Amino acid sequence: MTLLDFINRLLGRQKPSGTLARQRLQLVLAHDRSDLNPELLEQMRREILEVVQRYVEIDLESCDVSLETEDRVTALLANLPIKRTREVPLPRSEESAAEGGADAPSPQAEADEAAGGGASERHGEGEEAPAPTSVPAESPPQS
Amino acid sequence: MDAVTSAPARTILICSGKGGVGKTTLTANLGIALAKLGQSVAVLDADFGLRNLDLLLGLENRIVYTAQEVLAESCRLDQALVKHKQEPNLSLLPAGNPRMLEWLTPEDMQKIVGMLAERFDYVLIDAPAGVEQGFKNAAAAAGEAIVVTNPEVSAVRDADRVIGLLNSMGVTPVQLILNRVRPKMMASQEMLSVDEVSDLLALPLLGLVVEDEQVIVSTNRGEPLTLNNANSPAGRGYSNIARRLGGEAVPLIDPSKERQGLRSRLMNKIRKTTGLF
Repeated sequence: MTLLDFINRLLGRQKPSGTLARQRLQLVLAHDRSDLNPELLEQMRREILEVVQRYVEIDLESCDVSLETEDRVTALLANLPIKRTREVPLPRSEESAAEGGADAPSPQAEADEAAGGGASERHGEGEEAPAPTSVPAESPPQS
Repeated sequence: MDAVTSAPARTILICSGKGGVGKTTLTANLGIALAKLGQSVAVLDADFGLRNLDLLLGLENRIVYTAQEVLAESCRLDQALVKHKQEPNLSLLPAGNPRMLEWLTPEDMQKIVGMLAERFDYVLIDAPAGVEQGFKNAAAAAGEAIVVTNPEVSAVRDADRVIGLLNSMGVTPVQLILNRVRPKMMASQEMLSVDEVSDLLALPLLGLVVEDEQVIVSTNRGEPLTLNNANSPAGRGYSNIARRLGGEAVPLIDPSKERQGLRSRLMNKIRKTTGLF
């Protein structure tokens, strides 16, 4: 037991184990019920972040995407603190545009790039890129 | 002789997912308690792999035929049913050989339960633990279900899996029984509370049964608590559940809100503030 734990206990601030059990069960039941495996969940999380980042700058450190369940209804909760909004949305990432949106089978790498190199992505020649809204299978935005 | 009833029988699956939470003990006690209320009850041991219902009811020496012979039509149903001596409203249909698991189908279970439903008010089906075929066979034959769980993380998680399966199979209503409750631990919040478990599982609570040493004594004797010791703490819980099943409004107690004695409250306070013991 660390000193901090001990002080917390002295002050009666330690959570009773029953509360801990409830919190742990809430998480694990949400996952059990959703039947999403962790890899798929992680992939979805990255893709969501990627899309959101095109419109707003978010604080990646404190982003939280998780499943929660209440009354047998499971919800995907995303808490994405916004640093500032972008005046002009970023274009979709280069590859997907170039490949004509070949529904990116492995977006992991892209997502990491988008996360790290948000600024470098901006070399979209500054054209007042109209937000590529839907998924145009054959319309690369660079004219 | 068993009364031939006009109202359709209630066929109730008693299941839990996790083993050892008290399914079979509940089936035995609930069967006796319902029989004492004047209902005709059949208890069916659907745990073919690890049968024990006969032992808890004290009927293990009186088995001649089992569900297996009934299905094979090598005996009549009433030849296989074992009537309880002290409580003749209750009969047991014993589980057959474990090898039955290899060929038993959901249709077989529906056939057996259908036969029982023709001549009893209640058919209680003691399901095997787990979520595999044995459980699914038993669930296929049930009109409603009782999920038994303990206020522990693993039991609650397994119960949730079972509830999901019951929902997908269309078994309804599904009600919850919280078994082996320790009031003192609940009062000090060192155990999941009754409300927490029923909220997590999103099921209506049919009743709760406190942890009680007398359960072990009664299983040693092969006499369910509701038979001769219905006033023991767990016996009262089982009896109340039987009455609620029949539609009677029996109030639930919340053990976490039960007033503790001065001494234990003081000790709890000391324990919580110091964390020393």
